Amino acid sequence: MRIPVEKFSLENGLRVTLSQDKTAPIVAVNLWYHVGSANERAGRTGFAHLFEHMLFQGSENVRANEHFELVQRAGGTLNGSTWLERTNYFETVPSNQLALALWLEADRMGALLPAMTQKKLDTQRDVVKNERRWSVDNQPYGTCWEKLQELSFPEWHPFHHSLIGSMEDLSEASLDDVAQFFRTYYTPDNAVLSIAGDFEIEDAQQLVEKYFGPVPRGQGKPPLTRIDLPPIFGEPLRRVVEDDVSLPRIYMSFRSPVFGSDDYYPASVAGAILGMRRGSRLYRALVRERQTAADAAVFTFDLAKGADILVIDVTARPEISAEKLEEEILAEIELVRTEGVSDDEVERAVALIQTDIITAMQTASERADRLSMFATLLGDPDLVNEQAGKYAAVTTERVNEFIRGRMVPENSATLIYLPRQQPDLPETAEASVS
Amino acid sequence: MTTERPAAGPPREYHFPKFEARLLSNGMRVIVAPVPKLPVVTVLAVIDATAVTDPSGKEGLAELTAQALRDGTADIDGSRLTLELEKLGTSLEAGADWDSTVVSMTVLREKMDRAFLLFGEVIKAPAFRAEDIERLRAERLAERLQIIDEPRGLAEESFARFLYAGGSRYAEPMSGTSKSARAITRDDVVEFHAANYQPNSSTLIMVGDLTVDEGVRLVEKAFNSWKGQRTSKQVKADTPSRTSQGSQIVSKPDAAQSELRIGHVGVPRMHPEYFPIVVMNAVLGGLFSSRINLNLREVHGYTYGASSYYDWRRQAGPFVISTAVQTEVTGDAISETLSEIDRMRTEEIGEDELSLATSYLEGVFPIRYETTAAIAAALANMVTFKLPEDYYDTYRSRIGAVSTTDVLKAAQSHVKRDQLQIVVVGNVELLKSQLEAKQLGPLSVLDTVEP
Repeated sequence: MRIPVEKFSLENGLRVTLSQDKTAPIVAVNLWYHVGSANERAGRTGFAHLFEHMLFQGSENVRANEHFELVQRAGGTLNGSTWLERTNYFETVPSNQLALALWLEADRMGALLPAMTQKKLDTQRDVVKNERRWSVDNQPYGTCWEKLQELSFPEWHPFHHSLIGSMEDLSEASLDDVAQFFRTYYTPDNAVLSIAGDFEIEDAQQLVEKYFGPVPRGQGKPPLTRIDLPPIFGEPLRRVVEDDVSLPRIYMSFRSPVFGSDDYYPASVAGAILGMRRGSRLYRALVRERQTAADAAVFTFDLAKGADILVIDVTARPEISAEKLEEEILAEIELVRTEGVSDDEVERAVALIQTDIITAMQTASERADRLSMFATLLGDPDLVNEQAGKYAAVTTERVNEFIRGRMVPENSATLIYLPRQQPDLPETAEASVS
Repeated sequence: MTTERPAAGPPREYHFPKFEARLLSNGMRVIVAPVPKLPVVTVLAVIDATAVTDPSGKEGLAELTAQALRDGTADIDGSRLTLELEKLGTSLEAGADWDSTVVSMTVLREKMDRAFLLFGEVIKAPAFRAEDIERLRAERLAERLQIIDEPRGLAEESFARFLYAGGSRYAEPMSGTSKSARAITRDDVVEFHAANYQPNSSTLIMVGDLTVDEGVRLVEKAFNSWKGQRTSKQVKADTPSRTSQGSQIVSKPDAAQSELRIGHVGVPRMHPEYFPIVVMNAVLGGLFSSRINLNLREVHGYTYGASSYYDWRRQAGPFVISTAVQTEVTGDAISETLSEIDRMRTEEIGEDELSLATSYLEGVFPIRYETTAAIAAALANMVTFKLPEDYYDTYRSRIGAVSTTDVLKAAQSHVKRDQLQIVVVGNVELLKSQLEAKQLGPLSVLDTVEP
């Protein structure tokens, strides 16, 4: 199965991908800016994400929050999200509203700054602090993302610091920061636009040219300071955290090949063999057979530069200690490293991944988002059609090579969450917000 | 730059996917919706085996029975079943809610026949091995601890318990508690399955790259031999715990934020004013651009988000306003929410606000049904609530017919200002005086919640 992919670029550097599908009168517009938390300067953790909120605060031509209202009134859905390497903005609208969605995105790319005020920044800062409380501080194991990054990337590395940011750094963010960030990163030559769904190619090309054409090219962005890393950590890394939880949980992270590289696919299949769904090794061994874990899963961050991480995530059953759980996880890794995975296991993992790849293509928004992702991170939206083939080509030998080379003690970072012992004492430095 | 706002082009017509319903000779219903866009098929069985009929003290029986289907039949145990399906690129989802049990899978068309045979077997003839039931009960105990640890889960279930009179099924969590999980035996599961999983209480829905005839043939082949009758049970409606305001703080000493729930017992799904209520709720708290979210988030910065919803069930489920706010402003956030409720009940909304809600609900309708899984779930909803077969064809015009007067009437009748119940999960010490100052009816404090 292939989806159609048409590419073109504007004079100002904006790269555009179109993918037509007329089965329903819906169209998705998706814009990736190649900037994320990795691009934040010291003392401004969380800024890329705070900035994402500011993009909904209006422009010279749109009132604060009117972006939401206009899209919803048009019968569409919308949002934005921030990750380490990118920030995306997206709308899915009835196909007769394509022009509106494109105009809104172009308008804030071109005319955001005149609308920025201190009051808007202060309100969004409060909103984001509440988002941090909601998704990190008031959630069991909620600090896991930032602690995994801290543990898995050296202090000098752009992926080391928290995406949501610290309360202190959020407080420091100023309107000057907003202006500078906007001028540096929110430029057409640092963005990719994808349109998927029901439209005429020529109409879409004209609309894109009309709305985005006048936005001036940027001045270029500063390169990320050192980003490359050796293939393994070099020594076992470890951190123990107390949290308000009843059950211990262990995250075990391994430095792994970057997203989209030739070595990424065997690593991804290894992750699925170990922790994708109930037939995976860890689930069968720890949840079903030995019943020492409440749940077991494996995921990757899908980072395209420097290094990716592959993370095992296992929660203990009641009465099972963290030590016992860790022993069991290590024994499973040892087992798979020594005996290797079988052809059958590769077949299972690849079959599940193939179904996911195809079902994801059912929605216009997912098509557009993946086109933007491959264009932004790997420079080629056509790769959306190559994924199934790349997974099908993964051999058992390549998977075992990854496991033997990377899932070793000197490439493991173990993050252990323990139930807090004495709830009345003040928070320890370990458990407090970084 | 182009400063002129573009106008909408002419809309293209949209129809909910056509489907056909057939009745098999054994009383089972089949619904097939051919959606040939991609080579995938979603198969979904909706069974009238409901959490509301869980015996008292054994809450969670419907859910545990559904989960145990995945542990296989006499011929194939759970491990092998899981592996066989996953090698076909799919896996079974199974769960029970208040009004139905749903078993489903999405599979590539080329793997459908083999996967469907297994799908049929687990529904008709699950083995319910004793060790599997025991394992599922143990899994539930771990899950319960995690739900209680999680402030949102804790708030939701504390709110339900506060809303409904003791002994109500709706007062207890849908999947039960640790105590009720311990009380469930293998015999209970076998009996629940035998009583409720029958051809005449089951509908098989297939959506995707197949024809009606193909779908019906597959279902006939897998289910024709299935015989039996389910006799329907009477379910008594749950009642509110009180008819005047009340409030409760559920203690979470280390809370970084207050999880806040405001609401009361709502209305049953088949209420004649369903559409006015849906539109009214969209204006009040159903959209990003709704009154409560704009007030609490965008004007005051109290929260990351606030929303409201009616939990639609066959019997009256809760009406809930849900948000998480900074502890220090919890009292003020409650006041702002109450003022939005008052405004909703006293003033007619403007045409502009009405059209925002209705054009949103009409416009997103096709976006909601892009996937085979979403279409299958919509058809399951039609079955569960006995909606007419033209329900999805007429949905948008019925939304469009709601007027500002209808919305005001819906708010006045179905947002009961004098019966609002408030539950806050958070730091008692910092919350108590804030809530007392707002005079929200009798205030109680709950120190611990049993998992």
